[in-house]
Amino acid sequence: MAKIEKTGQAGTLESSDIMITVVPDKSGIQIELESIVMPQYGDAIRATIEKIMKEQQIEGIRIKAIDKGALDCTIRARVLTALDRAGAEIREVLA
Amino acid sequence: MKNQLGREIPEAIAKNRLLYAGAFGTEPTMRRYAPQVKRILPGQSKLVDNIEDVFKKIPVKSGMTLSFHHHLRNGDGVLNMVLDTAARLGIKDLKIAASSIFPVHAPLIEHIKNGVVTELDTNYMSGVVAQAISHGILAKPVTMRTHGGRARAIECGQLKIDVAFVAAPAADDYGNINGTQGLAACGSLGYAIPDAEYAEHVVAITDHLEEYPLTPVSIEQTRVDYVVKVDSIGDPKGIVSGTTKITKDPVGLRIAENAAKTIEAAGLIRDGFSFQTGAGGASLAAAYFVRQMMEKKGVTGSFALGGITGYMVEMLESGLFKKLLDVQGFDLEAGRSIAKNPNHMEISANFYASAFNSGSAVNRLDAVILGATEIDTDFNVNVVTGSDGVIMGGSGGHSDAAAGAKVTIIVSNLLRGRLPIIVDHVLTATTPGETVDVVVTERGIAVNPLRPELKEQLLQAGLPVREIHELKELAEKMAGVPKQIETGDRVVAVVEYRDGTVIDTVRQVKD
Repeated sequence: MAKIEKTGQAGTLESSDIMITVVPDKSGIQIELESIVMPQYGDAIRATIEKIMKEQQIEGIRIKAIDKGALDCTIRARVLTALDRAGAEIREVLA
Repeated sequence: MKNQLGREIPEAIAKNRLLYAGAFGTEPTMRRYAPQVKRILPGQSKLVDNIEDVFKKIPVKSGMTLSFHHHLRNGDGVLNMVLDTAARLGIKDLKIAASSIFPVHAPLIEHIKNGVVTELDTNYMSGVVAQAISHGILAKPVTMRTHGGRARAIECGQLKIDVAFVAAPAADDYGNINGTQGLAACGSLGYAIPDAEYAEHVVAITDHLEEYPLTPVSIEQTRVDYVVKVDSIGDPKGIVSGTTKITKDPVGLRIAENAAKTIEAAGLIRDGFSFQTGAGGASLAAAYFVRQMMEKKGVTGSFALGGITGYMVEMLESGLFKKLLDVQGFDLEAGRSIAKNPNHMEISANFYASAFNSGSAVNRLDAVILGATEIDTDFNVNVVTGSDGVIMGGSGGHSDAAAGAKVTIIVSNLLRGRLPIIVDHVLTATTPGETVDVVVTERGIAVNPLRPELKEQLLQAGLPVREIHELKELAEKMAGVPKQIETGDRVVAVVEYRDGTVIDTVRQVKD
């Protein structure tokens, strides 16, 4: 398992986007989520973020996500970019 | 109990009301309501110094129904002014019948908390009052009607008004009123006309007194009992409805263009064409494309109907429509036009959209373009509640125009944010699917299976026709299948169809 070294951020607060901030933490994966579609997609967004952490084998991270109705592909792109900016080595994952 | 759309209506609501039985399934059985006949003697004055004195003269008592109209929209000062007076005089238990409620009416919440207001009857509400209602602030469910339905309920004696307060942009001291003069000129006063016709008492509140006799007259002296001069009836800037500009969003433009092409494919772009569209960006853009088609073909339309915008005024002035039938101005341009152009006619809510009279204007519509917050695969439309279950609108004229028009087109993005707009079951059925013909999205056009001939016309015109289920699946493929939101059990609003039957209820949102 890998850790990130610093804070990384990606995305905006525009509609249909999601702003992701990743911060190093002691252990585990903590997700703080705000979303305008929380009742409909809150669980799906969490699952997407968790899946990326698993694929990238990252632990010891706190993820703040402010979602304005982003699609899954957008969420993936923003999370991966935030990880990259936080110094994680991004692995290619073949779907 | 279930109504004809399969919506579950709780026993307590259903027992005193008729349930929806099809768009034209319920017939009128009553006689028109008649308020008490009264007289005024020569030399008697109608001018009263202030609202408090009017309250004492009538007198306004606890338990009465007070009515208001919404032509000043989010600039209205009259409703708040009148209710402040009621609160000061210790009056309780009022029913407020306001044709629409806007964010500016926030003080209503305090009046509800203090028991001054215990019942609401409206066609549309947005902002903090709608949110408070959704969270259960009122013990009695709000009655939500259509614009035509409110006129019908007043005329048929189902909504009995004790005192109608008319926000009068201009009045004389004997109660003649118009909406085209004065500082708060808003144009048409169409929604106030049934109130003035059938209320037991009518009060004109004005900030612009003209010499007697005022002309032109929208509401006549024969129906008005008192006239009160105040400093200001509201802020004319608040009249302008949300967006009155054509959208620049390419997706919105594509939808608008396909909506216009749908009208063309239905063979309606011809001399005598009649049309209604809203003030939203995409609806206005559809008017733009319709206009291009009319100009190209050299077609002269008959009339445009409904809430009128400056864009419709432009079309009138360029000779594309012969008449405008105007129940409400959406911008100041509409107000200026109705004041000077005899072909721009003020009509009452009754004339516009009532289902129970000898014919309203919606029955003569060729095409109407309307919005939606949700559409289901049976083409039922929700315009009452948002994706969180909170009330954010209401039918207004939506159900009326849909029922009347030859072709009813709903325009919407396939996804709003992440949310698919086409669902299995809308949260709140407002306009029944049998009155909706076409749904236009950026990814395709779905035609109601009740209209196979229309589908054939669209296919022949080469338009991208899809099944509504296909569009739903397409949206879910992009966004994922949304979880159903959970609501509470308590009913916070009863949604009436235009004929007065219960089409659905709105439940309290879960906190």
